[in-house]
Amino acid sequence: MRINYPGTIRIIRLPCTGKVDVIHILRAFEKGADGVYVVGCLEGECRFSNGNLRAKKRIEQAQQILDAIGIGGERAQMYNLSSADGPRFAEYAVEMTEKIKKLGPNPLKKAKEKMAA
Amino acid sequence: MIVAEKKPVEEIIDYVKDFKKLLIAGCNECVTVCEAGGKKEVGILASALRMYFLNEGKKVEIDEVTLERQCDHEYLEEIRDRIDKYDAVLSLACGVGVQFMAEKYFSTPVFPGVNTCFLGAAEERGVWSERCQACGQCILGETAGICPISRCAKRLLNGPCGGSTKGKCEINKDLDCAWQLIIDRLKELNRLDDYEKIMPIKDWSTERAGGPRKVVREDVRL
Repeated sequence: MRINYPGTIRIIRLPCTGKVDVIHILRAFEKGADGVYVVGCLEGECRFSNGNLRAKKRIEQAQQILDAIGIGGERAQMYNLSSADGPRFAEYAVEMTEKIKKLGPNPLKKAKEKMAA
Repeated sequence: MIVAEKKPVEEIIDYVKDFKKLLIAGCNECVTVCEAGGKKEVGILASALRMYFLNEGKKVEIDEVTLERQCDHEYLEEIRDRIDKYDAVLSLACGVGVQFMAEKYFSTPVFPGVNTCFLGAAEERGVWSERCQACGQCILGETAGICPISRCAKRLLNGPCGGSTKGKCEINKDLDCAWQLIIDRLKELNRLDDYEKIMPIKDWSTERAGGPRKVVREDVRL
């Protein structure tokens, strides 16, 4: 297919999005990620029955926490697609990259720099 | 188990915003099972607070620990050698654990990270409901194993009341009428004759209304 998607993304492979926990998302932000998105199978099509639905709930929890601590919940997002849908994967990568670019870098980066100064 | 719910992060931040060294202490018992204050929740809260303080430009040291129990001396003693390092402790244990921590480490401020709700059972994943009010005088033997004290809105001993409709309670149509449940189970056990017995006035002296309670067991004391 040779589809391009932005090089801004670091992919972390999981056996199923049901493996994702709130702490994984928070740690990514703690380590300086500007945004985190989880790409799971289409709703209703989880091989393990409801892993993607669990992931969705956990993303929502992470969003709430990120909002409460001033990082911004919109920096975390859940996407669903079929594993055969490469073009959509690239589409989501572009969409998320644009969204995060609009939001700017993770505010913790600036805070860290200020602390170090 | 004791069922608790996580406090909102905003409320917790408000408690601890002025401290420089924090210990977040989880508990491995009930609050772990009801996913409110175990090791996992300690990790999430610690991460959230670290990010909050960093974003606010505050340098705050946050450590995590999850004790086997916070309602026993021996486990609380595990942090005695380092408790003085901290300005405050955020305990994710139930109200018992928070208080025992506060009693033991008198000069360290202790704040609760959960709201302790009730003594209940996990009906299904993510759903907990009340089963016991710790009245101190168990009558489950007479009521077919269903507690009218904790599950009947009126705590009736000879029910149901007139508000029981189609097996549901008048205060909430989703709430089972405890007395309907009792009658159904007595029927199943062929003990419906027991239902005819009038239950005497309950001895409420063992209940909370008589003030804080204490159990002293001479047979197990050292």
